[in-house]
Amino acid sequence: MNKKNKEAFLTPLGLNNPVTVQVLGICSALAVTAQLMPAIVMGISVTIITALSNVVISCLRKTIPLRIRIIVQLVVVAALVTIVSEVLKAFAYDISVQLSVYVGLIITNCILMGRLEAFAMQNDPWSSLLDGIGNGLGYAKILIIVAFFRELFGSGSLFGFKVFPEAFYNAGYLNNGLMLMPPMALIIVACIIWWQRAHNKDLQQK
Amino acid sequence: MKALRNFIDNVKPNFQEGGKFAKLRSTFGAFETFLFTPNETNKCGVHVRDAVDLKRTMIVVVLALVPALLFGMYNTGYQYFRMTGELSSVGFWQIFGKGLIAVLPIIVVSYVVGLAIEFASAQMRGHEVNEGFLVSGMLIPLVMPADVPLWIVAVATAFAVIFGKEVFGGTGMNIWNPALLARAFLFFAYPSKMSGETAWYYNYSKDIAVDGFSGATPLALANGGNYTDFCEAFFGLIPGSIGETSAVAILIGAAILLFTGIASWKTMISVFAGGIVMGWVFNQFGSADNAMAQLPWYNHLVYGGFCFGAVFMATDPVTSARTEGGKFIYGFLIGAMAIIIRVLNPGYPEGMMLAILLMNTFAPLIDYFFVQKNINRRLNRVKTKSI
Repeated sequence: MNKKNKEAFLTPLGLNNPVTVQVLGICSALAVTAQLMPAIVMGISVTIITALSNVVISCLRKTIPLRIRIIVQLVVVAALVTIVSEVLKAFAYDISVQLSVYVGLIITNCILMGRLEAFAMQNDPWSSLLDGIGNGLGYAKILIIVAFFRELFGSGSLFGFKVFPEAFYNAGYLNNGLMLMPPMALIIVACIIWWQRAHNKDLQQK
Repeated sequence: MKALRNFIDNVKPNFQEGGKFAKLRSTFGAFETFLFTPNETNKCGVHVRDAVDLKRTMIVVVLALVPALLFGMYNTGYQYFRMTGELSSVGFWQIFGKGLIAVLPIIVVSYVVGLAIEFASAQMRGHEVNEGFLVSGMLIPLVMPADVPLWIVAVATAFAVIFGKEVFGGTGMNIWNPALLARAFLFFAYPSKMSGETAWYYNYSKDIAVDGFSGATPLALANGGNYTDFCEAFFGLIPGSIGETSAVAILIGAAILLFTGIASWKTMISVFAGGIVMGWVFNQFGSADNAMAQLPWYNHLVYGGFCFGAVFMATDPVTSARTEGGKFIYGFLIGAMAIIIRVLNPGYPEGMMLAILLMNTFAPLIDYFFVQKNINRRLNRVKTKSI
């Protein structure tokens, strides 16, 4: 793995995170993060689809006519999304019900199109694969952090298991209903961005 | 006084550049200017100076809130004894004392949490501590139900101060009214503590209510077609948030604000106008099956938080529209929107909070149009002259 590939794989996890730095893929980050399990499945699905579609487009990149490249990209992504969606329905039906339309909507995920346009169209399949995995994991990372806080404070549980003992509730503690609503996900994402920019001088705007 | 001045002058060097506690400079400054008017003068340019600065403005608003606060304490006690059925056997001071015990902790929590965050963030940024929270800290308890747990007040205050104010740059920079943001946060986060029949009574869960006791607010009752008498709601011995029930006490505060010129009469009048017009429209054209639409327009003005919002929340100089013409539109839309939410959305019996927050968001847009209108008018004048 040379320096460039390493960079393509690692920067999306930190300094060039698709969600917190490029602010892409926010919609699904709000929609599927009320609980941890769907968030993790969503993160994995996006990682797989980004990686594979990057590879396919990268292989085809010299044969795709520039004028119809978006359509070609969409066909590839749509095919992969359909496969993932069917697999989820077959092997993880409950979660696919929870994710509902958002698996199908991966087709319109800005991160996917962004990576295809910005990276896979110019680079070889191997670095495209690494770039896809990196971006997918960067996205998954934020989803998991957001879902962790939302499920912990919104439902008082993690992966569906109660975390706070009953004594807490008897003493007057209540679950925060706002955490289960999408606006709170936006505020948590904002807090992550805040924290990240406060710790990285490079990201601060002048 | 002299001794106090000397003491401050003695410890001052510790807090200045290079002193032992230089980091706590702004905290020290806040206390010093709290006690004495600063004698610093501007070193550049000519400025119009007014005797009324931020601190005096804030103190006047807090004074204007006192009638509503005192009445709120009395009413909290009154509602408590109504719940336990002991109303006939207790005197005025017992009722007031019970209310004081219920309300005072909420005020203390709101001030302690809010000021701690304000001081900490001023310290971190090296700013001076601003007085903005003096009013918010008083408004937050007044828009809370009496039985709200104190830790919830603390969480809501922290949320409102951090996400409503400090992230935008502190006092004077906020988009939304912090006190309303605290209430909105509670309303969506802990709905069981903010609405329904039990939230308005101090110690409801612990002290047993009498048989057949009904605790619904006038707005909830109106939803079912039972209209509370106008005079009763105007005077204010009804269930509701601590400070919002009595129109009389709020109008005394309004008189203070208008007399000192701190709140804009344009905003205040147009909120009421918007409420009256919209309420009248629903009376005339609303569906006969919708009990809220048939609620007489004058009752809308004294139920729930309408009065309180119109006088103390809508007129907040930071979050309201700033152009003179814009204030009319801003106020009118708040009043109209509050009634629309009340009537058409049974899920939110209290529309005032949401209406004000919504119009806070649009206030800069309203201002923009009025400023552009002025610019265009003047441009036209120049053009016609040059021809």
